[in-house]
Order: sequence, then C-alpha cells, then structure tokens
Amino acid sequence: MAKALYELTAHELSPLLASRRVSSREVTAAVLARIAEVEPALHSFISLTPELAQQQAAQVDERRASGEEMHPLAGIPIALKDILCTQGVTTTCGSRMLEQWRPPYDATTIAWMKQAGLVFVGKTNMDEFAMGSSTENSAFGPTRNPWDLDRVPGGSSGGSTAAAAADCCILAIGTDTGGSVRQPAAFCGVVGMKPTYGRVSRYGLVAFASSLDQIGPITKDVTDCALLLGLIAGPDPLDTTCIDRPVPDYVAALQAQVRGLRIGVPPEFFEYEGVRVDEPVAAAVWEAVRLLEGLGATCAEVSMPHLRHIIPTYYLIAPAEASSNLARYDGVAYGYRTGQPVTDIVDMYRKTRDEGFGPEVKRRIMLGTYALSAGYYDAYYQKAQQVRTLVRRDFERAFANCDVLITPTSPTPAFRLGEKVDDPLQMYLSDVCTIPVNLAGLPAISLPAGRQEGLPLGLQIIGKPFAEETLLRVAYTYQQATSWHQRRAAPVTETPGRTLVVQPQ
Amino acid sequence: MRLQALNLSLHTCQPRCPVRLSSEEVEHVALLARLGLTEEERQRFTEQLNSILSHFQALSELDTSQIPPTSHVVEVANVFRPDQVGPSLTPEQALAGAPDRGDDTFRVPRVVE
Repeated sequence: MAKALYELTAHELSPLLASRRVSSREVTAAVLARIAEVEPALHSFISLTPELAQQQAAQVDERRASGEEMHPLAGIPIALKDILCTQGVTTTCGSRMLEQWRPPYDATTIAWMKQAGLVFVGKTNMDEFAMGSSTENSAFGPTRNPWDLDRVPGGSSGGSTAAAAADCCILAIGTDTGGSVRQPAAFCGVVGMKPTYGRVSRYGLVAFASSLDQIGPITKDVTDCALLLGLIAGPDPLDTTCIDRPVPDYVAALQAQVRGLRIGVPPEFFEYEGVRVDEPVAAAVWEAVRLLEGLGATCAEVSMPHLRHIIPTYYLIAPAEASSNLARYDGVAYGYRTGQPVTDIVDMYRKTRDEGFGPEVKRRIMLGTYALSAGYYDAYYQKAQQVRTLVRRDFERAFANCDVLITPTSPTPAFRLGEKVDDPLQMYLSDVCTIPVNLAGLPAISLPAGRQEGLPLGLQIIGKPFAEETLLRVAYTYQQATSWHQRRAAPVTETPGRTLVVQPQ
Repeated sequence: MRLQALNLSLHTCQPRCPVRLSSEEVEHVALLARLGLTEEERQRFTEQLNSILSHFQALSELDTSQIPPTSHVVEVANVFRPDQVGPSLTPEQALAGAPDRGDDTFRVPRVVE
C-alpha cells in the first residue's frame, strides 16, 4: 500500500533523503499540506512556522546536493512543544503571560536540532506552563484527540502527541514533569519517552518543577524514538543538572531480544484508593507481559507500598517548585503587564499575574505557596520530600530483582473534553501511573498496546537510571511482535473552522 | 477511575483532618504569591484548596521521622566551569521583550516614595 510522505517515519524517510530520491522540500510541503487539511479540526499547534520550515528544508537540500554528509534526521519535519525557547519565534507556554514573547536565544535541544538540519513546522499546544493532563488548560483553546474529536489528547504535551498521531509532523518533542509526554502519547496512540533525569539538557526549557522536568521524544514508533533521543541526549555546559555521561548508540540497542529479561509488575499501578484501572487497560498490560514471557522473559510481581501516597506527594512537590519558578512572571523584564492603573509595584504584580495566568496555574501557585509558607512547610513540603525518599526506595528494591517494570501508562483511555475540568483532583488522578517515575528520576517509555472502545491504550515500561537502551530494546521487541503502532487514527474530516496564528518571519 | 470512590475517601478523610483554610488565609497566601484574586476566585480557591488539602492529609499517617528528604534525585553539587567570558545578550536583546522600558532600563511603577 502506497503511503503519503507525511505518513512515513523518520527512519523510513532518512535513506530516501540521503540518496536524494526525495527532497526535504517535498516532505515539508507534504506535511504542511496535511496540517492545513486537519489542523482546523484538531488545533494541535499554537503557531505554525511554514516559511521557516521551507527555508530550513531548502538549506538541507542544498547542503546535500553539494555532497555534505548530514545527520540521519536532516530534512525531517518536527513539531515542537511551545515551552522550548526558539529564538525569534514566539514561545507562549500556552499562557497569555507569554503570548507575545519571542525568546532572545534557543534552548540547547533546539540549537542541536537546528545544527542537525531538522525542519521546524510549528509550536504545539499545551496545558498552560505544562500544568494539566488534557491540554484543556491552554489559554489558546483545547486540542482534540485525532481518534475521537470529542475527547482530549491528554496533556500537557497534547498538541505534540495529536500532531504526531494525525501525521501533522514526522517527529515531535514534548516535556514530562509528571507524565506529560507519556500520558498524551498513550491517549493518542504514539510512542513517548521520558528519559532519565539529567539525560537531556533543559537549558531554554521554561521551568515548571525543576526537580522533575525532562524533555522527551514523541514519535510514531520505537526506532524513531531511539533516533531522536540520540540527538537530544548528552551533557551541556549550560545546564548543570545535565549529567556528564557519554551517549550510547541508541539505534544499536534496537534488538528483538528479551531472553532472560526480568520483568516486574507492581500491583499498586493497577489500583489506587480502591479504584482499579479500567479492565481493558489491565488486560492490555498483561497481554504484553505474556507476549514478552513467550519470547524468553520472566515475570514476577513486585510490591511498591508507598505508591499509595503518590498523588499528594507529587501535588505538593510540583506546585511548590512551580510557585517559586513562576515568581519570575512579574510584568517587568518580559511578558504580559496589566493595562489597568496601578497604585504601586505590588499592585502591578498582583494585577499582572491575576490577568496573565489561567485558573490551574493560579491554583498550583496557591497550593505551592501555602505548602512552603511558615508553619506549614514541615507538614506539607518536607513531608512530601520524605515520602519521595520512600518512593525512590520502593523503586530501588524493585530493581534489585528485575530489569524493567511494566505498568499501564494511564488508568483509562482518553476522556471527554470538559469531563474533568471542574474537578482538579479527578484530573490529577489520570497521572497516577506516570508521576512515580518523575519522583524517582527514572526513564520510562509509553507504547501503543491495545484498544478500548476504539481508543488507543498505553503500556509503560520503566527502567533503572540511564537504562534507556534496555527500554528501547524491550519496546522494539514488543513492536516487532505487534502492530498497534502501525495503526493510525481515522482521517479527520470535520472542520469546525478555527483561526490559526501564522508566524511572520 | 470513578468519581464516587474519590469523594467517598474525601469524606472518610475529613473527621481526622481538621484542615480548614479560611477565606482570609487564602487572601494572605494570594498576597504572598503576588496574585490579586477576584472575590469569586477567592471563594472558589478556598473551597478547592480545602478539598485538595484534606485529601492530602493521608500523608500524615506515615511516620517519616527517620526518613531524609529528597529534593533532587541526582547527586550533583557545585558544577564549575572555567571563568572565561562567553557570548551574552546585548542590552537591546535583553530589553526587547520588556513591557515598558527606558533607554537602557526596565521601567516599573514607583517602588520608594
């Protein structure tokens, strides 16, 4: 069956581009045309950069024509979450606060992608400052799930995962503080990885919760995940929390081989506060485990008792860090400032921040400020940090006897738009399977692994620190034996008619 | 996951967790956070923060007196680089995003009378 250029993966396009059977201009034009076709229904981008994309594509084609040796991802169109600083291109973080902001510099990952010759098609929609699990908290309107337009794509990187699932890009980038790459990847039926804390530079990533944030690839299959991770991983002198450690050849890790692999399955990931994950979700996970056992892996149940405290622990630590990080939005150096008359500088700060931030961001700033305030610090913030230690120890104990943990990515498939917006606690629960990984700083990958009422389900594989190669090998083995990743969302035809901001050059 | 189950746990939680943030305390936190809330927002946040915090009281069940806190999962401290001058932003670049500026300054409302 002939596929359109925009439907291909990077590893399928790479040899075609290298041998000049296809030009980057052709691939880019195909992707931009696809975006024009489906974007009115999806709203997966906050801004599009077609002129920049065409210019980057033409440059790659010229360099190739002159015989220059190029990176395997040169000429491949990528969608970027609108939280990564792109010099001269607005970076809004889904917030009114930064609606007009053009960063004066590139994030390190952006600079490296530019050097490698990737083509930037646009900046994707997201929950404001990455706070949310549905992309409904964007100040610029929600993104819709390409599998069902009445459902959310997940969040906070829902724009990137919807764009990848609808073939509006070949590759995408997201960020993951509590599951923001993996949960929307599961909801949209694509692959999403959160690398180990410290594996990828965060210079130029707008900070949410600095002890948890990490940048990760969003791709149509595991091979592309390995290719993109290889490009963005590695030490960076501009980020002191980025670990100085060599980057392995992740593509070489793609071996269909799990003989002797020890899989742990923690029951705590299947039930929280007496509520079980949906039955088809549990069934999909167990089916994957059985499949890997059939290929020579072994499986044991491992207990992680402190996961029953995971939601309060995360939702105290992340808002506390956010309340500090977001103090910088004060209407002074950049971003929004109130247009109302003000009596003094504090009044200016308060009006600016009340008008510039949306409800979820304010709620988390309030929660975090309270948890850090005099008299409550020990009971809330310090307590959560101590429980974080217990969660880490649970993982250390589990990994003493197994190589990977296999769990659901989210307790349910994609939920309906509006279903959880008025109930913050319910929304927080959709991250229950992903946040333990961020608290422990571990790598994890989500893969499409089944269907529930026509919606994609996700499987999560969690590894030891810096064991991305193991994750990729297990994920690759699974994809060699299954076809969930090859199925695409039904073509989106409905067009409710939305306007889109196109970046002037 | 179903709504009822969570509400149930909130109710069963309440008797042993006396957290009750008043609307005045919420206003105090808003001042600390430099957020100017409308009356409607203050009421809504009072209700929602109370609901969230009472759910979070479950943490107090755990004895963590002997457990060190984790602030960061990587054991790195004091990363140094050679003290060499590198490229940096020009004043014009640094001021380009300012909502209000003077020649080479960010302009703000009067701070000192």
